[in-house]
Amino acid sequence: MLATLKQEWFGNIRGDLLAGLVVALALIPEAIAFSIIAGVDPKVGLYASFCIAVVIAFTGGRPGMISAATGAMALLMITLVREHGLEYLLAATVLTGMLQILAGFLRLGSLMRFVSRSVVTGFVNALAILIFLAQIPELTGVTWHVYAMTATGLGIIYLFPLLPRVGKLIPSPLVCILSLTAVAILLQLDIRTVGDMGELPDTLPVFLWPDVPLNFATLTIIFPYAAALAVVGLLESMMTATIVDDLTDTESDKNRECKGQGIANIGAGLLGGMAGCAMIGQSVINVKSGGRGRLSCFAAGTFLLLMVVFLGDWLTRIPMAALVAVMIMVSIGTFSWDSIRNLRQHPLSSSIVMLATVVVVVGTHNLALGVLVGVLLAALFFANKISRFMLVKAADEGDGHRVYTVIGQVFFATADGFIAAFDFKEALERVTIDVSAAHFWDITSVSALDKVVIKFRREGAEVNLVGMNEASATIVDRFGVHDKPEAIASLMSGH
Amino acid sequence: MNNIVACIDGSASARCVTIAAAWASGRLDTRLLLLHVLERPSAPPAQDLSGAIGLGSREQLLEELTALDERREKLALEHGRHLLEDAEAIAVNAGARDVARKQRHGDLVGALRDLEEDTRLLVMGRLGEDHDIAAHTIGSHLESVVRSVHRPIMVVMREFVAPRQFMIAYDGSATASKALELVADSPLLAGLPCHLVTVGPVTAEQTRQIGQARDTLAEAGFDVTTATLEGEVQSALGQYHRDQGIDLMVMGAWGHSRIRQFFVGSNTTRMLSHSDITLLLLR
Repeated sequence: MLATLKQEWFGNIRGDLLAGLVVALALIPEAIAFSIIAGVDPKVGLYASFCIAVVIAFTGGRPGMISAATGAMALLMITLVREHGLEYLLAATVLTGMLQILAGFLRLGSLMRFVSRSVVTGFVNALAILIFLAQIPELTGVTWHVYAMTATGLGIIYLFPLLPRVGKLIPSPLVCILSLTAVAILLQLDIRTVGDMGELPDTLPVFLWPDVPLNFATLTIIFPYAAALAVVGLLESMMTATIVDDLTDTESDKNRECKGQGIANIGAGLLGGMAGCAMIGQSVINVKSGGRGRLSCFAAGTFLLLMVVFLGDWLTRIPMAALVAVMIMVSIGTFSWDSIRNLRQHPLSSSIVMLATVVVVVGTHNLALGVLVGVLLAALFFANKISRFMLVKAADEGDGHRVYTVIGQVFFATADGFIAAFDFKEALERVTIDVSAAHFWDITSVSALDKVVIKFRREGAEVNLVGMNEASATIVDRFGVHDKPEAIASLMSGH
Repeated sequence: MNNIVACIDGSASARCVTIAAAWASGRLDTRLLLLHVLERPSAPPAQDLSGAIGLGSREQLLEELTALDERREKLALEHGRHLLEDAEAIAVNAGARDVARKQRHGDLVGALRDLEEDTRLLVMGRLGEDHDIAAHTIGSHLESVVRSVHRPIMVVMREFVAPRQFMIAYDGSATASKALELVADSPLLAGLPCHLVTVGPVTAEQTRQIGQARDTLAEAGFDVTTATLEGEVQSALGQYHRDQGIDLMVMGAWGHSRIRQFFVGSNTTRMLSHSDITLLLLR
């Protein structure tokens, strides 16, 4: 255990420190930008990023993943900040953390298996679109200088890495910020800078209990926000953890990550920061820069704070155009490019789930709602697909005797089809319904069978049910008792 | 419980490990399983510090990392197979009758734990590939293996000679008594002259325990010599085996809690790093 800990922290010191530095440089503009989205001073986002990154390095379940203040979370706090102010945001952040820790203990991380690939892709794409849309206010009603600078910034970010040798050694977002700031200062351009957006940190963060009345009224204000923040934070963290798992071909402890996110958010709230979670774009940058261990996230947070506190005066002069360029890069990098190319090849239902998730998120600015819609749609499509696995065969035995054999899955989605498969108009003396090769999954299917029997009886036929006991035994609600391999095998073989 | 598992890597001790395992396999009449674990280096290979991500960066990064791993693992797989083939030849040469080879991905401790159910005895070298043979250190894996795998472990030092007589380091502790019982019940050392050695000062209680221990071993058919030594544990035991020409020492591993060990150090750890005869650690 000690060896694991050592490996996770110090298995890759050089790579982690360098990657942490690269990530910190990209985290600063992001934290500032997300603070602006949430409607708070940049220092709230910067303190949050520092605290979350450092705490999650110790408590998280996915080494090498970067967590800090994020856009997904910032979007959920806008109205809370506008209507109730910063202190309520801090209180909501602490409550978010508590809810996430609870989720970790309830092992809700494993609920992620119900979130299909298409929903994850939709979430990621919607997030990218939201980050991009959040930059629009900075690009409307401004002089041509801003457009020119943003375009130049993007040019630097994407073209600088192509330079031989230095291209892969110096982070291009840093080059972009430095050169645009230099240009703005030299030409004395009258454009908006970070300093215009609010207060920056001038000291190390201090411990502060949120200044809100501790009563039920406060709880009713902050709880809805905290619940949404907790859900979205965990969703994005779990998805990012999966992405990092895939990239590094290693495994993560999702439930530990839930608790870790909770502790990090409580810490952020108490140090005057906003709620945050794992960041897809930054985690990709970290892995790409060679970060693998816990040290990378720790270093990112520490470097961020050092740079912010000691270079604060310079930070205020960074033109917003440079930040916008970095954020557009993050947005593009977050977007799942494969999902567009795969739209044609993937089944229509998957594409619909993905697009529905995107549309709902972009429409409501709430990632939790989008995921909910996506998961529900995916479940409906799945039920629909399974409902094709049902067949009723009819055989005439002569003498007014007919045998119906039911094969396959009978549940709420196939119940109507099941009833319709019987010909009640046929004048019969005896009917045999053989259900021994059918699986009755729920009460709807059982009552459909009852209905069929009653209908035949009312037509004057004598009904004989075969295999009913076995079939009803397959109403599997408590899978726990059937979860031995041989039990599943016997269940699936049609008894 | 039907394998002697020998941990093979590219280090100098792989040959002795194989020979020792072949010897044990013959004594116990148990299949010899040569195991090579392909561990993935934790440090990522190339670094791109540009910090820029664009369309398809994630997919491209996954592709690049996969290609790198693929190339490296293919080579490692090939290399490991050669090591195992060499080891098999050595084992057969040393008289092993039933030899199997196995390669696993992941870390050594995890792989050994997966095999634990079927392991009767584990044989490994003191130092792995990363160490100079002369160093008085323990390989990076040995301690964690001994701690997490609850099977007898034979640790081979520089050379392995089939033991003609062996000694048991006995201190009357629960672990030592357990170790003693295991020795008495096993055919591994049966028939070899046994030295029951304690490092003093000895209390009356310990004297009684030593007597009992001697009886247990004698009942099991061992020819027992008892000895009580003076001085620092590790050097006294070392001196004794050199004087008596003993080739294998049995000891219970880590009788004390980790906390105590952290403050006062551990005889097991010291023996592991300084012994020059084969150690049989029993937990």
